[in-house]
Amino acid sequence: MAGRGEGTNSGGIVPALEGVLAQMKAFRLRPKQQEMLIKVAALLLIYVLAFATRLFSVLRYESVIHEFDPYFNYRTTLYLTEKGFYEFWNWFDYESWYPVGRIIGGTLYPGLMVTAALLYWFLRALSFAVHIKDVCVLTAPFFASNTTIVAYFFGKELRDSGTGLIAAAFIAICPGYISRSVAGSYDNEGVAIFALLLTFYLFVKAVNTGSLAWSVASAFGYFYMVSAWGGYIFIINLIPIYVLVLLVTGRYSRRLYIAYNTLYILGMLLAMQIRFVGFQHVQSGEHMAAMGIFFLMQVFYFAEWVRAQLGDPKLFKAFLKFTVIGAGSLGVLALGLGLATGYISPWTGRFYSLLDPTYAKINIPIIASVSEHQPTAWSSFMFDFHILLILFPAGLYFCFKQLSDAIIFILCYGLTSLYFAGVMVRLILVATPAVCLIGAIAVSATLKNLAKLLREKKPAAVASTTKTTGKKKAAAKSGYDQLLPFQKEGAAILLLGCLYLLVQYVVHCTWVTSEAYSSPSIVLAARQSNGERVIFDDFREAYYWLRHNTPTDAKVASWWDYGYQITAMANRTVIVDNNTWNNTHIATVGRAMSSYEDESYQIFKSLDVDYVLVVFGGVTGYSSDDINKFLWMVRIGGGVFPVIKEADYLNNGEYRIDKEAAPKMLQCLMYKLCYYRFGELSTEYGKPPGWDRARGTEIGNKHFGLEYYEEAFTTSNWIVRIYKVKPLDNRWS
Amino acid sequence: MASSTRGQALLLVAILLPALIAAFSEDNPTDQRILVLLDDLALKSSHSIFFKSLSSRGYELDFKLADDSKLALQRYGEYLYDALILFAPSVEGHLGGNLDVAAILDFVDSGHDLILAADTHTSDLIRDIATECGVDFDENTDAVVVDHINFAVEGESDHSLIIGDKLIESDVILGKGGIKDPVLFRGIGHSVNPASDLVVTVLSASPSAFSAPPNAVLKAPPALTGTSISLVSVVQARNNARILISGSLDFFSDKFFRSSVQKSGSSSRSASGNEKLAVEMSKWAFHERGHLKAVNVHHSKVGEKDEPSMYRITDHLEYSLEIHEWTGTEWKPYQADDVQVQFYMMSPYVLKALDHNGKGLFYTSFQVPDVYGVFQFKVEYKRLGYTSLSLSKQIPVRPFRHNEYERFIKAAYPYYGGAFSMMTGFFIFGIFFLYHK
Repeated sequence: MAGRGEGTNSGGIVPALEGVLAQMKAFRLRPKQQEMLIKVAALLLIYVLAFATRLFSVLRYESVIHEFDPYFNYRTTLYLTEKGFYEFWNWFDYESWYPVGRIIGGTLYPGLMVTAALLYWFLRALSFAVHIKDVCVLTAPFFASNTTIVAYFFGKELRDSGTGLIAAAFIAICPGYISRSVAGSYDNEGVAIFALLLTFYLFVKAVNTGSLAWSVASAFGYFYMVSAWGGYIFIINLIPIYVLVLLVTGRYSRRLYIAYNTLYILGMLLAMQIRFVGFQHVQSGEHMAAMGIFFLMQVFYFAEWVRAQLGDPKLFKAFLKFTVIGAGSLGVLALGLGLATGYISPWTGRFYSLLDPTYAKINIPIIASVSEHQPTAWSSFMFDFHILLILFPAGLYFCFKQLSDAIIFILCYGLTSLYFAGVMVRLILVATPAVCLIGAIAVSATLKNLAKLLREKKPAAVASTTKTTGKKKAAAKSGYDQLLPFQKEGAAILLLGCLYLLVQYVVHCTWVTSEAYSSPSIVLAARQSNGERVIFDDFREAYYWLRHNTPTDAKVASWWDYGYQITAMANRTVIVDNNTWNNTHIATVGRAMSSYEDESYQIFKSLDVDYVLVVFGGVTGYSSDDINKFLWMVRIGGGVFPVIKEADYLNNGEYRIDKEAAPKMLQCLMYKLCYYRFGELSTEYGKPPGWDRARGTEIGNKHFGLEYYEEAFTTSNWIVRIYKVKPLDNRWS
Repeated sequence: MASSTRGQALLLVAILLPALIAAFSEDNPTDQRILVLLDDLALKSSHSIFFKSLSSRGYELDFKLADDSKLALQRYGEYLYDALILFAPSVEGHLGGNLDVAAILDFVDSGHDLILAADTHTSDLIRDIATECGVDFDENTDAVVVDHINFAVEGESDHSLIIGDKLIESDVILGKGGIKDPVLFRGIGHSVNPASDLVVTVLSASPSAFSAPPNAVLKAPPALTGTSISLVSVVQARNNARILISGSLDFFSDKFFRSSVQKSGSSSRSASGNEKLAVEMSKWAFHERGHLKAVNVHHSKVGEKDEPSMYRITDHLEYSLEIHEWTGTEWKPYQADDVQVQFYMMSPYVLKALDHNGKGLFYTSFQVPDVYGVFQFKVEYKRLGYTSLSLSKQIPVRPFRHNEYERFIKAAYPYYGGAFSMMTGFFIFGIFFLYHK
């Protein structure tokens, strides 16, 4: 832009305009100011874009909370805004996990709810009559916008402001992040990614400056992260790894000492204020790495000090040997003692399953059963990162070329998070900022180099491309004495290629956002054969039915996926819900669902269940229904109650529901509740009655009655079916 | 116009009021209107003593033939009778007015009482009703209960007129003092379905009895033998409807009521106990006795009056309720030492017997266990002959609030000291380092 501005001014030939131009000259901004203006304008646009691109679902459906967990978050936020913070903090919820109940205040990360409630109160204070639901719906996009700002500063810290701008632009529309932050997706991750990146940025800033203020700021960033999401474990392990890398590579410095120790001590003390985290920082195995590194830092510092005092290298070597061995054995002893006495808890299954992708499948079916905990497929990497996947290695190359403390940090972050993203689909989210930043380094460095090549000669010849290069503020210093043949043309073509890729990225991201990540999943949409869009609003239909037609203290049993939605929308007590903290309880429900009718009746009666809710997609072809989830119920149930055996539900290892299905499969409660009277229904033209569209087969057991349950409600598309558990027989036992 | 309609309405109410009051209600559990279905109207005179005892106790008896085509148990969704006496063992298919097994069972399931008598050659209809109530009559339709040792000498030579052996020991069902005299029985035996725990045998046969066609040569051992043969059984359904099932229609007859009995092998004669047994059982079946009600269930923290919506762990609470017993004419305080309350979540955490003050008030107090969750106050009072009391009230128990813990703990004083000494130390050293050069 700077170059162009000069061009227009020097080209003013019309004498009549001379005066005007002279006047304009007074307003002409100096290059620095122009750069500033462009940066701010670009950032502002990115800020708006990040928000706007996440609004597809609101425009297409309505302002509605999505998915499952957000309904719990919404319910708690509502409670917080209605009853105030102390009630929320002490909330004992007896409507979930009947009859055990759940101490909500002590088992959630309150950051999201408090954030939304503060936003709500702030808007209210400004006399905006917003509803809390709309605040919740828009919290995630708002924080995604804020993340772009953080990404800009982070990029700037890593390399330069050009990198920052590109990183901000990347992260604003990166599908990996959008998947968890569209409007309505009111989940912890929405604010947590902001907090994560903020903490990292502040920490890197602290390491770079050695300033106590930045360190304290990063500790507060960490506190916010801890309050918002269990993923803070990643921070508290990544930063020690980073520090260790610096120590090993001989990059120890006073700055690092200040940054890390401040963050660790302050961050730990602050994190202990979150009830759900409590004393884990000193008691759980997952946090021990940070503590170990903390002590190591002290040893390091001490050794440095002693070296300065002693002055004799030989003496110091002997001393070092002694201290290192002493400190090491003391640390190991303390850790062993802590583990043996049970003061330090060993690593949890979740942590193991992160390190070893096959662990959950074997040991914890309840983690493995969640689709977002599956290992990531290549296609979904491509889907969520697009060109960033190619730019990532390129970025690594540029990073290694120009190592600094900050760059080493982003390397650690990028490589570890990418590994975790490969282990679990949902952790793509954590990797996204790193991938965006490293990708931005690649793009920025490439563009800068290419622009430099183009600028080898006088700028007049390359006026057409300076628009882009100007942004980069290439400090052109001719690094090449000899021009390669067609160097400029080649550079121009490469530059165009880069631009093409970037445009493709934007197109891809927008398409993915609109097609894949903007459906609320509480309202389903499908296209008919004639191209018309049909909306299935069965879930809400069923929940509102429960709300209006059942006694207020009725207990509803369903698979845990629907627990949060039932408590939030139907306002009824549930047996299990998405907070899968009590495996036995879930296994009991799984056992009931996979037992015969009479056995399940006993189980449900012992839990005082009044209604059983199943989700069934056989009529509409909705594939994530209970029949498709059923094997997980069997596995989880069988994990606790060995009477349930997976093999009983399979025919030669095959899971099927047609005539060839295993006899127990055709008689178990889940089958019966899903397919009750389904055999009378014709779902598709030219197919026999009882044709299951979700699985594309004719069901095996069509005509049966229910002895202990009676159908209470089936939604218009049969997606949700609710059964009443009959009372005990009047004349029998 | 308006006033005249109001006047009509008032008139209607005035006419209906006595009828409404007379009907069965919570306040007066004794039945009022009884439908008696007979095979033959001659039964009305052959069983007149039994019926007379009923009508003299204030019941309105409505005698109908079992196959009367105008028979109806309900009209406009309201039942016309409080109880049914089914003395029609041979009615086939369905009763008149299309009343089938399901209609009779619905009648019972909506809280009405039933006395059912079978006889030799009982129809499938009656058998089905009995089966649905947990009583299985001998499947051999020709079989009667025969006892070659404990028979009455007045009977035929096939020894089918037997003397019931063992009566249940229950003052509630049999009345105070029980039945001392021998009870005559001629009819079919039944067995009590082991799957049902609601059926109670009142009168069973002696060990030497068996159920088989009389005078037949037995080729296989009979299906029912000895004391497992029930002669008369009662059922109290979950909704406290009472059912009396007898294998003998003659059991209620004037002839049996009035005859004197001489047991085989003994020379003394005595009056039969049939009348007293039948009358007392009918009193029980029609809720003149053994009907309990629980009212004024109350719980609160010790020293408080209002019921809280939630308790905290380790709270002390009081629980009380009143139990009254119906004597046939009025409610009287119930007295028992075995009423228990459970504080229940999956299993009882507290199980405590209630004290009572003799005026029907049962009360106790206990401490909430140190476990949070959704508990229930449960009173499950099931005693033979009495209506079962099954009360449950849900109450959540929450953990401590953040400010309900002890603020300062002795054990933590070293830590307080540590924290404060650290702070002062930091302050002093700060000043020292800043200003001491």
